[in-house]
Amino acid sequence: MIELWSNLPPLLQMAVKGFAVIAVMFPIGGACSLVERKISAWMQGRPGPNRAMPFWFAWVPVLGPFLQRLGVFHLMADGGKMFLKEDSLPGHVNKFYFLLAPVVAMIPALTTVTVVPFGAYLTDAGRLAPLVLANLDVGILAVFAVSSLGVYSLILAGWASNSKYPFLGGVRASAQLISYELSMTLSVLPVFLWVNAPGGSGTLSLFDVVQAQSGPWLSWSGAWFIFYMPVSAIVFLVSLFAETNRLPFDMAEGEADLVGGFHTEYGSMKWGLFFVAEYSHMLVGSGVFVLLFLGGWNPLPWVPLADVAAWLHLAGQPVLLGLLSIAIFLGKTLFFIFVFMWVRWTVPRFRYDQVMKLGWQKLLPLAIGNLIFYAALIAIIQLNLGWPAYAGLAAGAAAALVVAFTFPRKSAAF
Amino acid sequence: MFHLLFYTFTFLTLASALLVVVSRDAVNAAMFLLLSLVGVAGLFVMLDAALLAFVLLLVYAGAVVALFLFIIMLLDTRPGAQKPFQKLTMAAAGLGGALLLLGVGSLHARAQLPAAEEGLAVPSLKAYAQQLFTTYLLPVQVVGFMLLIAMLGVIVLSKRFETAEGGA
Repeated sequence: MIELWSNLPPLLQMAVKGFAVIAVMFPIGGACSLVERKISAWMQGRPGPNRAMPFWFAWVPVLGPFLQRLGVFHLMADGGKMFLKEDSLPGHVNKFYFLLAPVVAMIPALTTVTVVPFGAYLTDAGRLAPLVLANLDVGILAVFAVSSLGVYSLILAGWASNSKYPFLGGVRASAQLISYELSMTLSVLPVFLWVNAPGGSGTLSLFDVVQAQSGPWLSWSGAWFIFYMPVSAIVFLVSLFAETNRLPFDMAEGEADLVGGFHTEYGSMKWGLFFVAEYSHMLVGSGVFVLLFLGGWNPLPWVPLADVAAWLHLAGQPVLLGLLSIAIFLGKTLFFIFVFMWVRWTVPRFRYDQVMKLGWQKLLPLAIGNLIFYAALIAIIQLNLGWPAYAGLAAGAAAALVVAFTFPRKSAAF
Repeated sequence: MFHLLFYTFTFLTLASALLVVVSRDAVNAAMFLLLSLVGVAGLFVMLDAALLAFVLLLVYAGAVVALFLFIIMLLDTRPGAQKPFQKLTMAAAGLGGALLLLGVGSLHARAQLPAAEEGLAVPSLKAYAQQLFTTYLLPVQVVGFMLLIAMLGVIVLSKRFETAEGGA
């Protein structure tokens, strides 16, 4: 089986791998819409979608009612509806950009997956190798660069619709996504300062980040980054919500004030594409968060995947170990999808000025301060400056916090 | 394969760069600028400079062009609303283009460029950082300060500072 695979031409191999990843991602993106409806129903104490079912399925004894209660068939019904209903094209739109926008939404969402490692296996030499479509040295930069192109779908959709509310949505989206990109990029820098220990050749690869969190039991490098960089993790997570346009931050489509925002004029599958793209962005974003701060495919802190492989005697079975690591990674990622939905149905939407204030006046200074703190800390550790330096750093950080919280502010609106 | 990719990216870059200049609709121009940047990023990747390619995408394609579009949408320019080019502008543009062509032509015909070394290792991220923080530290700082000055200038010009009795 493996021989047959490695005898295929490389281009065909790449194509198969790419399609395999998309074949997993696209349905998850679609299924998330159903999960979202179910979770919102659960949080609001109502049953949620529980009606649709092919009529013959009612004859299946236990499974039929169970799946009906779960609302699984609503997914097919919704998908069928989106594909089959009339695909209207309003007369007042800029047709080219109007049709281009949903496509542009999908491209970055599905392109960023190529550089996100989603599992690992042991090679014959006993070393851990990543399961990834393209293990680039510039990993995280590629994720940020390609996902930053996602803003064009919102801008183009808003502008091409040529009407008031979509336009406002597009303007808001462009300002918001650029604002939060800064804090997001700054918040991951401490992680990479930590990963790039002196002597290495320098790396931005996400696989190496996970490797730096795969130390043995109770060792310094076994802890996940969320434990000793909690501020980075929080800033990254909040920025991720803003970047994926999820609810406390969904300024671009706030239905209370903008009807539907950038997608007001869209219907049927064009509208559906925006949503699959949003969920795919969430999936990739959660995956990156898990890789950066939650140890990737390591099942527990201080319990690396390699140990688990040794306990289960999986050393000679790269396929099984790979599947196990993918399952662990996907499990964590799907948990974060759940967190996204949890927050969406818990936290009310911000006002637009609050979004801007949070981004520029709270998160950005926090991310910069956090970066300076970790840069100093890493320098102290590396140069072995001893306890006076640690005391000085702690005093400096405390002083900065005191100044930040007592500094007189003119506008106390937030 | 390699040549085909090179010519594709070159054509993409040059054609869309030309369309940036000649298209009447500001949104079209911005989108062609985006396409042109993507072409340049592709050329960088072919030169084994993936870092440059992604930084270019991140900064210019991801942020700068999005800001251009933001401004265009705020100003709400209608296609064809702007004035046709003035004669002086056209003459200057023609002269500049001719000079550029002349320069490229003379470079092509006369220049003695050293042959590219074969099998040179791709510079690591560390090598980039080392250069930025040692050899090119001053130029980077100077450029940073120039951007800061420009930003301060914009703030001073655009923000109305109200006096104490005017109320804020």
